[in-house]
Amino acid sequence: MGLHRHAGLWLLVSAMLLCCVSPLKAELKNSQHDSHSNSNITGISIVSFKWEHVKAPYIVAVWVLVCFLCKLVIEANHHVTSIIPESALLICAGFILGGIIWGADHQQTFSLTPVVFFYYLLPPIIVDSGYHMPNKLFFSNLGAILVHAIIGTCWNAATLGLSLWGCQKGGAMGDLDIGLLQYLLFGSLIAAVDPVAVLAVFEQVHVNDVLFILVFGESLLNDGVTVVLFNVFDAFVTLGGAQIDAVEIIKGIISFFVVAFGGSLLGMVFGILMCFLTRCTKNIEIIEPGFIFVVGYLSYLTAEMLSLSAILSCVFCGVCCQKYINANMNENSVKTVKYVMKVLANGSETMIFVFLGISAIDKTIWVWNTGFILLTLLFIFVYRFIGVFLLTWPLNRYRLVPLEFIDQLIMGFGGLRGAVAYGLAVMMDEKKIKEKNLMVSTTLIVVFFTVIIQGILMKPVVTWLKVKRATLHDLTLIEKVQNRVFEHMLVAVEDISGQIGHNYFRDKWKNFEEKWMMWMLMKPSARKTQDHVFSVFHQLNLKDAVEYVTEGERSGSLEFIRNDSVLIDFKKKLGDDMLEAMPDVTADTSFDQGIMLPFRRDPVPSVSLEMHEQTMNGLREMEDLNSHHLLQEHLYKGRKQHRHRFSRNHLSINTDEDEVQEIFQRTMRKRLESFKSAKMGMALPKTISKHTKKEQQKTPNGKNRISVDEDYEFSEADSASGYDPSFTYRAGGGIENPAFMADLDPVVPLQIPPWLAEAELDSGGVAPSQRAQARPPLTAGDLRRLAPLRISTQSTDSFMMADIPDAEQRRDSFDLPPPPPPPP
Amino acid sequence: MGSLQSSPSHQDYVDLAEKTGFSFEQISILHKRFKQLSHNEDKLRREHFGQITDLHANPIREQIVEAFFDKRNFYQEIEEPVSEISFENFLVVMSNFRPPSDNMSQEKLVKVRKEKLRFLFNMHDTDKDGTITLEEYRHVVEELLSYYEALETETARGIADAAMLEVASITRGHMEPDEFYEGITFEHFLKLLEGFDIESRMNIRFMNMDTTTLCKLECRNKVCSE
Repeated sequence: MGLHRHAGLWLLVSAMLLCCVSPLKAELKNSQHDSHSNSNITGISIVSFKWEHVKAPYIVAVWVLVCFLCKLVIEANHHVTSIIPESALLICAGFILGGIIWGADHQQTFSLTPVVFFYYLLPPIIVDSGYHMPNKLFFSNLGAILVHAIIGTCWNAATLGLSLWGCQKGGAMGDLDIGLLQYLLFGSLIAAVDPVAVLAVFEQVHVNDVLFILVFGESLLNDGVTVVLFNVFDAFVTLGGAQIDAVEIIKGIISFFVVAFGGSLLGMVFGILMCFLTRCTKNIEIIEPGFIFVVGYLSYLTAEMLSLSAILSCVFCGVCCQKYINANMNENSVKTVKYVMKVLANGSETMIFVFLGISAIDKTIWVWNTGFILLTLLFIFVYRFIGVFLLTWPLNRYRLVPLEFIDQLIMGFGGLRGAVAYGLAVMMDEKKIKEKNLMVSTTLIVVFFTVIIQGILMKPVVTWLKVKRATLHDLTLIEKVQNRVFEHMLVAVEDISGQIGHNYFRDKWKNFEEKWMMWMLMKPSARKTQDHVFSVFHQLNLKDAVEYVTEGERSGSLEFIRNDSVLIDFKKKLGDDMLEAMPDVTADTSFDQGIMLPFRRDPVPSVSLEMHEQTMNGLREMEDLNSHHLLQEHLYKGRKQHRHRFSRNHLSINTDEDEVQEIFQRTMRKRLESFKSAKMGMALPKTISKHTKKEQQKTPNGKNRISVDEDYEFSEADSASGYDPSFTYRAGGGIENPAFMADLDPVVPLQIPPWLAEAELDSGGVAPSQRAQARPPLTAGDLRRLAPLRISTQSTDSFMMADIPDAEQRRDSFDLPPPPPPPP
Repeated sequence: MGSLQSSPSHQDYVDLAEKTGFSFEQISILHKRFKQLSHNEDKLRREHFGQITDLHANPIREQIVEAFFDKRNFYQEIEEPVSEISFENFLVVMSNFRPPSDNMSQEKLVKVRKEKLRFLFNMHDTDKDGTITLEEYRHVVEELLSYYEALETETARGIADAAMLEVASITRGHMEPDEFYEGITFEHFLKLLEGFDIESRMNIRFMNMDTTTLCKLECRNKVCSE
């Protein structure tokens, strides 16, 4: 993961670097010129100090570092962050930094400029929130979100502008040179709830999902409205009151639709493009994640270029493609995208808040007008609540689960303003708007008030009002299954009762999606793993497996992994005399288990109950087949070229066939050596570093070793080969675990797919092949189970078919340990 | 009797509304739908559900249709297995999907929740013995996953088994080696889905408007085509 983080940091730094380079280019050129002329005079200097060369990127990098350090310091104090939200603390840190700069320079050299904010800091956050948007929740509440985002924002803007204007007419603010249109412009820039601030505050509170998506969705979607309102009123201010007629107003309304829907459409186009791209990135997996960022960023910039809503474009790009690209890309890429996105978004957020704080420490922008500022704060606060109540009331009549009064209070309280408003305020033209500085400073105050005061109060208010919190635990498998049952049941009952509702449309959409969208946008191989229940099952299995191994490691050895059927069968069939004759074989098989470990973690879900057993059989078979194959093909041939691991194109280690073979060959050689040396009574070469501790302690003396092994393995076998005795399965006795019921069912063997049946045949061959180990180990059969494990159903070897099926042994092969139960 | 079924009188409406909680408009709409499904007969039989084409794509349709013929859901004593249901039974089953009203007291909500869960439990408990056994649960999961051809029955069984183990570990805590987990009882079922927001999710918007006209055309066409 460290690598990904570094990559993220690097990207961030380079992004920041780009933004500052352009204005400083001229300066840089000058200095280059200077240094050139200097060096001509003095000849070659061994060490030279070239600050001007690196100034711009250096400053950017240092600022990034400083911001991150601020966060580090803040997050180290848990007792503070539990009361005051991180965003507020970051702003305060910004104040301090700003103070230091002001003290040194007597002017604010570093402040948040709209260019840096809108083009470099905001996009990562938006890309992230689009990509990680809970789609189902979002779309099922889309109606309410849109109503709040569109009408709510207009309401906020209009009421604030008009009220302030009225107050000025009433003489509450003294003498200000602001007209009605300018008030409306101010209202429109400060009306929008800010996604960055909302996310920062709400993420720490964990309110219930519906409430969160309502506030957060609103904050994202109101961007379309904000952009239009701001542009329209900006144009109106330029035109002047007299020039505005009905045509202009209608144009303004049309431009809203163009900006909002155009932005969304553009985003969807980019989303689909991204899906197509990830469909064919199979060969360049290493830069696959890069596409997501670049295309996402391009969707933002393109929208900006076409003067559409950039945020909407970016959000819809993420919303559209997330499902398909996650399925298309390989697992590592998905993880990388996730982490890098978090790094970027979190980093940008940190920097935004810190720079908001820094920007505030600047004497030149502060114009104080008590009436204006306090009235703005009051109106924003009050009208937000009124707006929420007014809009929710009609919405509740159509909502299946009405929003409660408390939820509405929190929605009102969550109307946080942030850096978007500040960015827009700074973008205003001073020539047209005389009181720009007053508006900027008021915006800053509003931002600080909402983020700091409301942010701090949010948690106590939520607790005090007993707002429904989100359930933090992961869904259990049974809950997932039940979820699915629900979906289908609701659709069915709607069908039966003849209602056309939510579920009806959702079902229709799902069918359409499965039929067309998936076919178009998803890799064929990715389509089948699209089931949620299945994925939870898969994760549970992985968890089980990991726990299984951890538990084993804790008890000091990894031998448990494989002393399942192989060794148990082995003992049963051969008896002690046989064992004594070939100590090394046991040692070697157990040694093998250690190395095999990585292969067990194959993403095929396979570690549960009968599935577990059967796949184990399958695994063993594959392993045997592979060893044959490998032996015949490679053992006495020259080594293949080992692919370099630091390759820039291939990160994966050991998944490559060559490497697997390479490792296999090496271990095999070691094994042969040890076998020979033990046979001849010589010392075991100490070079085998992968031995488990226990094994290294063993003396090369065969007798000694086998006693240890025997003890261990028998004890394992007694406890039914699982380390957890709570779900035991005994071959002869009854079935204790309900999950194993089906095994007694006589029909079951018929259901076993052919390749598994083969596995069973194979297990029949265990005994003779083990017996054969008494001979020198060069027969292929002896070494079967020493081969690396691989699950690839293609590698079938006719050789295996020669083994005689043995019903009794097949029975035994079922005596595998059940996986550990999930922790209670 | 016949007159009641063909067009419920006012008194019937009042009774039904009291029993199921539907409004008069909703009852009359559902009644229309009932008639539509049963081709103007008084009783609805299993094959009538087969006409609903939208239902064909539903992986768990059998269980749902069965729930309409499950006498445990009618709150009345019927001896023989149900082969046809009256409008009243139809309404009673439907009422399980009614959203809770706004001004419901806390204990009422708990009761509603329990009833909804009971309905769900009965749906899974196909042999009506009060426990969802592994076999029954496997059946559910298999049906759910039958939608995706890519997943084999093996996987479905694996999932059901894993879920069952999960259930065992949640409800029993630690199990003795020789203990046998016979199945999910209703109490366990309640406990399992504790965190599940069922009262706000197992809902369907029953319109006061008549949308059956929209469906009607659709259904007619389908009936014709069949």
